[in-house]
Amino acid sequence: MKTPDGLKYARTDEWVKLDGDEATIGISDFAQDQLSDVVYVEFMIDEGDAVNKGDTVATVESVKAAADVIFPASGEILAVNEDLADAPELLNSDPYEKAWLVRIKLDDTSELDDLMTASEYEAYNADRE
Amino acid sequence: MTEKTIYELSQPGRQGVRFPEPDVPVQALPDAFLRTEINLPELSELDVIRHFTNLSKLNYSIDGGFYPLGSCTMKYNPKINEEVARLPGLAHTHPLQPSITVQGNLYLMHTLQEFLQEISGFYRVSLSPAAGAQGELVGALIIKKYHQINKNDKRVKILIPDSAHGTNPATSSMSGFNVIPLPSDERGNVDIEALKNECDETLAGLMLTNPNTLGLFDENVEEVIRLVHEAGGLVYGDGANLNALLGIIRPGDVGFDIMHFNLHKTFSTPHGGGGPGSGPVGVAEHLAEYLPSPIVTIVEEGDDGTPPLFDFYEPKLSIGRMKSFYGHFGVHIRAYTYIAMHGTKGLRDIAEKAVLNANYLMAKVKQDYTLPYDRTCMHEFVVEGAWEDIPDVHALDISKRLMDYGFHPPTNYFPLIVHEALMIEPTETENKDTLDTFASALKSIAKEAREKPELLHGAPFTTPIRRCDEVKAARDLVLCCWIPE
Repeated sequence: MKTPDGLKYARTDEWVKLDGDEATIGISDFAQDQLSDVVYVEFMIDEGDAVNKGDTVATVESVKAAADVIFPASGEILAVNEDLADAPELLNSDPYEKAWLVRIKLDDTSELDDLMTASEYEAYNADRE
Repeated sequence: MTEKTIYELSQPGRQGVRFPEPDVPVQALPDAFLRTEINLPELSELDVIRHFTNLSKLNYSIDGGFYPLGSCTMKYNPKINEEVARLPGLAHTHPLQPSITVQGNLYLMHTLQEFLQEISGFYRVSLSPAAGAQGELVGALIIKKYHQINKNDKRVKILIPDSAHGTNPATSSMSGFNVIPLPSDERGNVDIEALKNECDETLAGLMLTNPNTLGLFDENVEEVIRLVHEAGGLVYGDGANLNALLGIIRPGDVGFDIMHFNLHKTFSTPHGGGGPGSGPVGVAEHLAEYLPSPIVTIVEEGDDGTPPLFDFYEPKLSIGRMKSFYGHFGVHIRAYTYIAMHGTKGLRDIAEKAVLNANYLMAKVKQDYTLPYDRTCMHEFVVEGAWEDIPDVHALDISKRLMDYGFHPPTNYFPLIVHEALMIEPTETENKDTLDTFASALKSIAKEAREKPELLHGAPFTTPIRRCDEVKAARDLVLCCWIPE
């Protein structure tokens, strides 16, 4: 299972890549592996929306289960990855690059402080196996 | 595919019906009323009969074999239910008839309301909800209206334990509540500390499936209910697993405020083919006026010589109608028959045998499969359909292989809190021989998983259609009713 360094991880299995006050959000390799084959992605937000920490970004549905992707911080949506509507399988094959979900401009980057580092997230997952 | 579709069987010009020569002048239909794109298949009567008879033989049903689909309570549906539902006096009535002309139907519905009240300990029951999930929606809407009427607009969240039925969070969300999941503790009960943290002035209610989807009775149910009530919330009981409790515990006595019944599960009405179900809702006295209409009541008491006069009424604060007419009356008849045939002792016997069967099967199955919560179970239990030392074998492979042994697979991958879950509910109607045969099939499959895993990965081998590509089916939706030219 891949857990790239340099990203931050939420207990609900989102990854966040921070670049200045902009962040890209996706779901982790662990999450896609637990879900198995993803068949459908539905976004709950649009470009330009203001969102709060805890809001739902999207619902990801696999042959086994449906799961909500949660915003780890508040901000404004800059972009939504529309490619996933036609190619939800990208979430399985390339969760950290092609299958990013949204880019947002953060209100306050310190909201990400309580997220985990790659090694902390790996330890957290080991407990859940 | 062993049977072509009816469109593939179609031959242009083939006819199933020959009309007699007209005895009045032939009049052409105006063009405006004619459609050209209708594309109906053309077959003879015999083609149609063979087609559907062949398809019906491909079905798996409880009348054909064991069906341990967890939480669906696939018990045998006694045929007397069908006999009664087909009595002309019941079958030939119409929902638009004046109620004075269908007093027998109303008597049956009124008695069924009373049966369900007596079984559950609730004060009043509405029979109208069409199925379990609609019963849940009724419950969530009652919780919503109750807080509105009591001017508690801040109560916006519903707590859902992670061992609940999947419809519980969906229902709460549909009703506009914020859904807050609650974790389970190490014994599979609601985590009391997590519950306490959520008990505040924004709490609207909690939806509890008890026994839960692990097949476990929540040992702290009274404390869970007390905490929610003290915080000003209401407690909804998901009655889908009532089969385990019949005649032993009455949810109304334990303190639940609202609960739905699944007549099609607990009270043996057929539901393998998608329904119709029936999801009556019972409530405690303080919520009686919120129930959906119509409810059957006695408008004029009878005496020795005259039966009472029944009619429908709408409760004063009713959330409204959920269903046209009076709910699924045909299902009410079957459930009424089932309850009347069993009587009070018989109902308790159902619960005891359902729990005994599940525990017997669990004791056998856990020899080869991991049991994540090793406790006495209720009517069903959940094991892991995977082994650490055989990482390539999954719950789905075990289920597919069970089909080669002639069994309907159990529920897969639910509840989500168990890794590779297999959720098994044998019900009370199976005998020891069937349970033993099923257990030995699972034992053989566990052995095959180690020695010949290709048998699991390739399964099923003996069914008319081999393993379906579920991913393609979900990603690549083709939903049309004829074959495109």
